Amino acid sequence: MPETTAAKTRQAVGSWRKKAWKPILLVAVILGACVMFFPFLWTFTTSISPGAGLSATPRLIPENPSWAAYLELFQKTPFARVILNSLGLAIATTALQLITSSMAAYVFSRMPFRGRGVVFAIYLGTMMIPMQVLMVPLFVQMRDLGLVDSYLGVLLPGMAGAFGVFLLRQAMNSVPRELDEAARIDGAGHLRIFAQIILPLVGPSLATLTVFAFMNSWNSFLWPLVILRSEELKTLPLALAGMQGQYTTQWDVMMSGSIISILPMLAIYLFAQKYVIQGVANTGIK
Amino acid sequence: MTLATEVPTKETAKTTRSNKIKYALTVLLFLLPSALPLAYFTIYPMFGALWTSLHKWNLLSPMQWVGLGNYQHLLQDPDTAQALRNTLYYIAGYLPLVYVGGLGLAIALNAAIPFRNFLRGLYFLPVVTSWIVVALVWRWLLNPSVGIVNYVIGLFGVDGPGWWTDPAWAMPSIILASAWKDLGFVMIILLAGLQAIPQDLYEAARIDGASWWARLRHITLPMLSPTTFFVVVISLINGFQVFDQVYAMTGGGPAGASTVVVQQVYDLTFRYSQAGMASALSWLLFLMVLTVTVVQMVGQRKWVNYA
Repeated sequence: MPETTAAKTRQAVGSWRKKAWKPILLVAVILGACVMFFPFLWTFTTSISPGAGLSATPRLIPENPSWAAYLELFQKTPFARVILNSLGLAIATTALQLITSSMAAYVFSRMPFRGRGVVFAIYLGTMMIPMQVLMVPLFVQMRDLGLVDSYLGVLLPGMAGAFGVFLLRQAMNSVPRELDEAARIDGAGHLRIFAQIILPLVGPSLATLTVFAFMNSWNSFLWPLVILRSEELKTLPLALAGMQGQYTTQWDVMMSGSIISILPMLAIYLFAQKYVIQGVANTGIK
Repeated sequence: MTLATEVPTKETAKTTRSNKIKYALTVLLFLLPSALPLAYFTIYPMFGALWTSLHKWNLLSPMQWVGLGNYQHLLQDPDTAQALRNTLYYIAGYLPLVYVGGLGLAIALNAAIPFRNFLRGLYFLPVVTSWIVVALVWRWLLNPSVGIVNYVIGLFGVDGPGWWTDPAWAMPSIILASAWKDLGFVMIILLAGLQAIPQDLYEAARIDGASWWARLRHITLPMLSPTTFFVVVISLINGFQVFDQVYAMTGGGPAGASTVVVQQVYDLTFRYSQAGMASALSWLLFLMVLTVTVVQMVGQRKWVNYA
């Protein structure tokens, strides 16, 4: 960064404090990061410490580390099934959201019609409605459709969302219109322009939506809690919340379940950190 | 745009009309996959909730019209008042924690220090974790007898509090866990705001000899006010809807010390079969969220200081 001479002289005159602030800040931020990361570390340590919580002195490095808690989880509870349930629902929700959102976004970006602004405003308005308000009537609707305690019952209400439409419309609006004009002259219809020109150019936003849709489904709790009853349909958050009653004092088992639930999100985050952070940052700027 | 006019426009009326129909059908084809679910699973049940809220209903027998009776009852009901108080308590504790913490972090991690991106990533990590896991992990950390937090406090010769088992400490425990999860989220939003502030403002201030504190007070904070406003609004909206972590951490206890509004809606519906009452409460919740949103829309223009 270019500095003015005036600023430079002032810095040279300045006391040692001006030079010391950076290391101090760095140490403080690193200490803070250790505190922030500690719960994850402690969760993992607990998960490989059989009988954690029985001894009075916690140990950062377990005396007899073992995977027993993980084994117990898979042998005594339908945990494999639970993971598959969460995975299947998250993948299906994400796929549906990508399809429905990108198609709607294309209309709001490229296909004008009378009243389009109003329709778009209604879409955005649905973002303000909390799930909690819909819970009771939606449950009754699902009951009437015979979808209580079924995958479809969990899946359907989340198959479309205004967040994705908004996100993708923004991205599509920044794709130059000359590109579709050129394709139209070559005889391409809307379907082809959408699939072959616009979609490939909004890749980063599709990635952001993928991460968010997957994360929201993977972590969602209230709606699955309302709609699912049987053990074999339960998702990870439901199973974990249910384990509290069953394994009140077996903290190693509960923490191993938590670790398993964290891992996929962790992997996705490490892989797509850029898109996650961009998605969050964009919500702030608007 | 100019190219389009060169395309021959002499078409018969018939083809224009069939083109129009084709266009309308294409619009429908693209819009319906999202419009139908949104209409049927969001808009329709929202009004369904309003209609239900005007009735007495146990989810099975026919509804019984009670007008605004449910709302009247709720406004005088001590349980609802407590749930609302707890929800406000949650917001009042959570918001300053994440804002001040998030701002400090954003400023620190906006400076040119080593490992900046890695550190940002670490602070953001809890954001991708589910509320249920956050609640379980913190129940374990804050376990009054065998938790590590009280162990560490004990090393200083002080007895740690009962955390989530103690009515007075249940809500602070939830607030602590929630702030841990959301700190990175607020940090990233504020970082984006910080990066949008023109650097020459700081340059000019530095030439004028403004101190670090003066630059923070007179440049950073005023320029950051739109982002701050957004953080406050989104925290309020999420705060009113707080549920997952409460359900998994305390279940609203002990003795209702941490019941929140959504827990109340859930219990009214699925424990006490009072669907009408639950819907009325959920609409009150919606009105609160709506108020915050409208205040945001109006206020953004009025109160936000860009200078």
